[in-house]
Amino acid sequence: MKKTIRMKADDVKPERNCFLNGLGIVPGRKRSERTEAILDRAMQLFLASCHPIGMISEVSIPEFEVLYHGEGLNEEETPLDLIFRKADTLAIFAATLGSEVSERIDELFKSFEFALGSMLDSVASEGTERAVDRLEEEFFDWLVRKGRVGHSAGILRYSPGYCGWHMSGQRKLFEFLHPEEIGITLLESFIMVPLKSITGVMVVGRKEIHQFEDSYPFCKECRTHSCRDRIRKLMGVSAVQNPEGGI
Amino acid sequence: MMDILADISQHLAQGDHERVSQLTKKALEQHTSPEEILNKALIEGMNVVGTRYRNHEIFLPDVLLAAKAMYAGMDVLRPLFLKGGIPTSGKVVLGTVQGDLHDIGKNLVGIMLKGAGFEVIDLGSNVAPEKFIGVAKQEDAGVIGMSALLTTTMPVMGRVVELLKREGLTHRIKTIIGGAPVSEKFAAEIGADAYGYDSAHAIECIKELMNEV
Repeated sequence: MKKTIRMKADDVKPERNCFLNGLGIVPGRKRSERTEAILDRAMQLFLASCHPIGMISEVSIPEFEVLYHGEGLNEEETPLDLIFRKADTLAIFAATLGSEVSERIDELFKSFEFALGSMLDSVASEGTERAVDRLEEEFFDWLVRKGRVGHSAGILRYSPGYCGWHMSGQRKLFEFLHPEEIGITLLESFIMVPLKSITGVMVVGRKEIHQFEDSYPFCKECRTHSCRDRIRKLMGVSAVQNPEGGI
Repeated sequence: MMDILADISQHLAQGDHERVSQLTKKALEQHTSPEEILNKALIEGMNVVGTRYRNHEIFLPDVLLAAKAMYAGMDVLRPLFLKGGIPTSGKVVLGTVQGDLHDIGKNLVGIMLKGAGFEVIDLGSNVAPEKFIGVAKQEDAGVIGMSALLTTTMPVMGRVVELLKREGLTHRIKTIIGGAPVSEKFAAEIGADAYGYDSAHAIECIKELMNEV
């Protein structure tokens, strides 16, 4: 399967609470009317300026092994290196919101609209994740429809630059997928333009294959440990049930 | 006189840029000196905002609204400082390192630095090591602040520090680094003088670094 998927801005609109963390706003705490008004405006600007599009391409485990090796700069031991080999199916993906939203953010900063600019940036970052969520759903539903996986299977994604997968992995990924077709280019430093773009691999299989301890050497440098939440969500375990963070 | 300065400070903290602009003009009409308005109303107001932000009493958007209000006040004062320039707490050269285009974090640091009374020379993104050093020397800046969002662009920070060492400038130009993949450990490894965990922390570090140059 190789597919390009156009989405509507409304399909990738993030929930308010999802992007507030990035702005240091504690969900549930009272926010000023002014902050609320900026939030509303940022959401309007997001809807007007984002043009989400994505692509997915199935890849075999041996093919992905080559892609994952990339330029040979990954950490020696990584969770993904163990996980992808146990997958039922893999797909590489790219998604972007397009360049207009980044241009709007720049304009806002240049005109001293700092609060709105940073708010739009946070909304757009979260919106890019939502675009990949939509790709994941599309891919998973297709696999179920084709009878290739059951409803009990799980899907999680991993991207270069995280969890020991070196950023330079982008090069091989681009050579295989050609995200240029949807307007994403890769710079020498492995930055993608437009900035609000994500690439990576979707790993489909038994949910348990995604479980790992966040005790790799590079985990010490990680600020978010967001893998914990992602795995918890996949396994259907709430943070309240498991307050210690173990999976 | 103190009332109007406190009034400016208070409206600045509320992010009311229009009122700050009006009150700044009013204070000047009442013969308050521009220096006094700058230090006792605008910078003082931003200091209060910074403290409340660090104490998690307010959020980043509130700080940024206050910064816009401060800029509004500064716009009124700027022509009066033209001869000798606006008095500053020091000069900082800021930039996102070569190969990297992510500049939101760097922009936030710049905004908050200006709010704290520093002069900021923002070189933008994709800045070569030589440019950081060249501009810092030319402008006689006390601190170079570098941001990177990718592990692949972090090494450029080390090259800036290395160049400073080679030119024997580390005693008069200090370095601070920040960005998602950067850590205190990495700062120590490359010999940077400080690591800013977030924008508020970066401002505190830069204040300390300025005392060393």
